[in-house]
Amino acid sequence: MKLAYWPGCVSRGFTPELHGSMNLVAPKLDLELVELDRANCCGAGVIAEHNQELADTLNARTFAMAQNVEGAVGMMNICSTCQGAQSECQQRLDADSGYRDAVNSNLSAENLAYRQHSEWWNKNFLWLLVEEIGLDKLRSKVVRPLEGLKIAPFYGCYIVRPTKRLGYADHPERDQYLDYVIEALGAEPVEYAGSHKCCGFPVITMNRTTSLRQAGRHLADAIDAGADCLVTPCPLCHLNLDLQQPAAAQFVERDLDVPVLHLPQMVGLALGLEPKALGMNKHVVKTKSVQRKLAELAAA
Amino acid sequence: MPDYKLKIRRFDPESGGAAYWSEYDVQVDSERSVLKGILDARDRQDGSIGIRCSCQAAICGSCAVRINGKTALACNTAIGEAAAKAGPGNPIVVEPMNNMPVIKDLIVDMDAVHWKKVQRVVPWLLPEGPPPEREHIVPAESMIDITQSMACIQCGACVGACLALEVDDEFVGPAALAKAYRFVGDPRDGQEAERLKDLAEDPHGMYDCTHCFACIEVCPKDVAPMSQIMRLRRRATNDFEIKDRNNGYGHEKAFVNIVEKYGTLHEAQLLPRSFGDGSLIKGQTEPGAVRELIQNLPTVVNGLKSGKVSPVKALYHHKLPDQRNVKKIFEEIESKDERLELNLYIVAENSAEEEGAMAEGSQES
Repeated sequence: MKLAYWPGCVSRGFTPELHGSMNLVAPKLDLELVELDRANCCGAGVIAEHNQELADTLNARTFAMAQNVEGAVGMMNICSTCQGAQSECQQRLDADSGYRDAVNSNLSAENLAYRQHSEWWNKNFLWLLVEEIGLDKLRSKVVRPLEGLKIAPFYGCYIVRPTKRLGYADHPERDQYLDYVIEALGAEPVEYAGSHKCCGFPVITMNRTTSLRQAGRHLADAIDAGADCLVTPCPLCHLNLDLQQPAAAQFVERDLDVPVLHLPQMVGLALGLEPKALGMNKHVVKTKSVQRKLAELAAA
Repeated sequence: MPDYKLKIRRFDPESGGAAYWSEYDVQVDSERSVLKGILDARDRQDGSIGIRCSCQAAICGSCAVRINGKTALACNTAIGEAAAKAGPGNPIVVEPMNNMPVIKDLIVDMDAVHWKKVQRVVPWLLPEGPPPEREHIVPAESMIDITQSMACIQCGACVGACLALEVDDEFVGPAALAKAYRFVGDPRDGQEAERLKDLAEDPHGMYDCTHCFACIEVCPKDVAPMSQIMRLRRRATNDFEIKDRNNGYGHEKAFVNIVEKYGTLHEAQLLPRSFGDGSLIKGQTEPGAVRELIQNLPTVVNGLKSGKVSPVKALYHHKLPDQRNVKKIFEEIESKDERLELNLYIVAENSAEEEGAMAEGSQES
């Protein structure tokens, strides 16, 4: 399957292990990724907060570049926030042809234009796994089942709300996909209060207390529900849940120390890739406990 | 008529006992509401069930509760759909809203939280100068922008669902901030700048919203409170240049400046620029900014130690190959006299053929 691929900024910035692991997992799933290396930041909602036309133009530019990739069936992203911010812009662009033309006119110098087409899509890797690859095919590729591992899903707000904007009318179970994937890989999904809540990242520079209380509380809930680790399709959630975890622990006044995996890392482990190749040594919260558990299971 | 099982969370603070669950089997048509089911249970089985309701038609906003974990008006939720959501064999779980104290069973104390917060934003018009002799005439297009916030029925569903309120009960909250925008955006109001400054400076004001979309998801009237909060921020930073001590202004400027310069986000610059009103130099030299940076030092050290962030990466960031083009887009759009916005509340979705409600700048800039 050939895809226009938008990796986002953070996957190449502060979570390089995400971009790296996706590149290793793609060929194992027969995905040919054509990276949009000239595309720009999605704005993460902040540019839309600043100027809507600017955000819509920047994302129309990315969509136009994706639509120009010959033979691609659609566009894939690996960040819940990119998914949400881009879907928001796409919703406006699709809703009104006059507005779309106005936005496209900002791209004329580059000879680019976003064309509305009901068949064209932009999907997070999570959605792609379930809807385009399929759980059966994913299961058939598993060489190292993650049996015995209890994994807490952390979806990220931008991929679950608002449901009206994010295609839930056609795909009502999108808020369960991470659970499905965890199961398909042989692990046990952990049910806990925070799975669909906010990691707090968007206000980390504005209200550190609110931000880290949120992160800390969800991590604590996952631990109390028996999770060996968390998994997330969003690198921004990863920053607050992993990079900020030592700080978050202070805000909820307890020990946390629970590893947080990126979605492609979890998939990669089950497909037989080595933890180090997947960048699992580049986390703030060490992932050794997960690796040890997997090794024990393999030996048993 | 089909049978449904309701599982209602009960609590009477005056009883001295703990909260408990009661289950009721009710017979209701599938298209009738969850509220109808609750009222049937109350009328025929247990007169002690507490629920606040009136119109039963999604107008009065009295009956917001949590149904299967999601906040909604009980009168506006079909019982058949709620049962389907609960899954085969499972009861429909009905609980009082979050973030507000329970008075009894499904009735929460709206005065203690919701109404108190609405009062906080001075929810009435504060016109400037003497009143006009006749009605105050405003152009229709100047009202497009606030129509959405005027649709609020004060049911408090967004307050109950708000994930920022869950960890910060001082947050002004989605309903009150949407109400604030209703007056900030009203051309007849004369205190726009003062209102914005007040809510920008409050550490629990407009910059305490974590952008989680929970309020947008649950609002029965599509008010999209979070979108109204973003409108407040847009006006505060762009129209009034309000530099707040929550770094809201700085964060927006920092983000926009970085993407304009590099095309993608250079995260290492986001912190210092956010603390320096968007400027990298200011963010590394001004005492207030340096103090904030030092607070973040342990996180930076952790990032470096894990190998996530290399010193080179922190200092150097690639520009996009076509960055000139991206910069030009910024310059052209930012130099327009008025901001172009499409309000989806006014435009019917997927109405590509219809003329949209494009507000060429929602106000004079």
